[in-house]
Amino acid sequence: MIKKAWKWMVILLVLLFLYLPILVLAVYSFTDAANIGAIRGFSVHNYVTLFTTPELRDMIWGTVVLAVVSALIATVLGTLGAIGAFYSGKGMSSVITTMNQVPVVNADVVTGFSVCILLVVVFGVSKDTFIPLLAGHVTLCAPFVFLSVIPKLKQMDPSIYEAALDLGAAPFTALTRIVIPQIFPGIVSGFAMAVTLSLDDYFVATYTKPATFDTISTYVVNATKGAQTSIKTALWALSTVIFLLVVLFTVVMNIRANRDIPERKGV
Amino acid sequence: MQRRTFSRKYLGIPYALFLILFVVAPLIVLFYYAFTNGQGEITFGNLTGFFTDPNTLGTLFYSFGIALVTTVVCLLLAYPTAYILATSKLKAKSVILMIFIMPMWINFSLRITALKEILTWMEGNLAYHPFLNTVLGMSYDFLPFMILPIYTTISRLDGALLEASRDLGAGERETFLKVTLPLSLPGIMSGVSMVFLPAMTNYVVLDMLYNSTYIMGSLIGSYFAAYNWNGGSMIALILLGIICLFTVLTGGAQEENTRGGALL
Repeated sequence: MIKKAWKWMVILLVLLFLYLPILVLAVYSFTDAANIGAIRGFSVHNYVTLFTTPELRDMIWGTVVLAVVSALIATVLGTLGAIGAFYSGKGMSSVITTMNQVPVVNADVVTGFSVCILLVVVFGVSKDTFIPLLAGHVTLCAPFVFLSVIPKLKQMDPSIYEAALDLGAAPFTALTRIVIPQIFPGIVSGFAMAVTLSLDDYFVATYTKPATFDTISTYVVNATKGAQTSIKTALWALSTVIFLLVVLFTVVMNIRANRDIPERKGV
Repeated sequence: MQRRTFSRKYLGIPYALFLILFVVAPLIVLFYYAFTNGQGEITFGNLTGFFTDPNTLGTLFYSFGIALVTTVVCLLLAYPTAYILATSKLKAKSVILMIFIMPMWINFSLRITALKEILTWMEGNLAYHPFLNTVLGMSYDFLPFMILPIYTTISRLDGALLEASRDLGAGERETFLKVTLPLSLPGIMSGVSMVFLPAMTNYVVLDMLYNSTYIMGSLIGSYFAAYNWNGGSMIALILLGIICLFTVLTGGAQEENTRGGALL
């Protein structure tokens, strides 16, 4: 019994470490306080600031649009790349896989810096065109799409594709109607991963973004250094909103996963 | 075979070209800049400069120290957590695991802001404890990346091995030390590489905590701010070397890739 209690203590302590800051900030986001520790009355003005300040709204939308666009491009490229690499000869396949591994193991600082050097310094592409930023984010994300599609290709039964061809389907039709549906879960999780990576990125964005554009990460990092209190506390509200969205998303995912299991058994 | 002009392997061509352009070409350019000076003359000055300047060398050792301590702290927190979760008989343990993984999906800069506010409240001035705050900030940021791979390896352990160990007379502690721990090594390795390398390079965490000290990543940032592409490229190249070395040493333990958040 004592041992069990001790185990739960460990779990609880780690959870406290992970969540206490976010929760305390969430509580304080509903007050007028400019610092943690001061006790003030209830207020929603941080949320009002968050949703009405154009600067904040733009940076949130900018981050989301960037994440979705770069994840879409990364998903198309990575998926095609995975299919191509999987059906190529050994040599070609291992060349692509090795190149793919570079951004995965590389530090984001190095990825961002090297893309910036190539596009901005060598080719002279202006950062204001958003091309370096988009290229940087696709470079960051596509390898993870590739990595989540490859296992699905390996699990697939190759004879179904052959059967489709024997039954008269053109290779392209067989691809879109046989291969793609079977690897679809991999594509979806790759896309989700790409979105997460892009949303969380700081380094690639800092080195490649236009000076007037900010993502949540670059904005928050600058804001915490600045002295503008109203912006700082509005970010507490943002943190709380994102936290609640993540919780909601996780709960929905879990409910769906639990509902899917009996259905799968039925099949 | 006329109708077979379309082949699935051609689909890989756009991605291969993309990788050549945005992965291989940048590395070549990095290499070129690292070994030239501002006038485009070939030089080893950037390399020798790095290894003779006490400041940059100091930064290298400091980053190693930070990364090492952060990794150990994360491991000490993550292993027991992952072990307790993976071996518990709870039905809902995947849900509990989710709670530990969820922070990965919350923007790191907002989480660090939260931590910073708490630490400021507790310590008054963050500048008094730069090392402690850096380690705390990084452990806070990277801990989920250590928990997940360890949990995955432990929960995949073959229960028959543990039973066999007990049947052959080993006590709980001996079973843990001689069976569970060695078999969870791949997970540990994967977790270590997910924490150690970012801890050497992710300077924004310590930037946000008002830290005046530098780690390897910050050098790139400062060269970038000064438009010194040559110096920055050399640092990037040295980091790349360290990363390669580390990846080889940990046996390329990146299979359990957890960086994008384990969605499946």
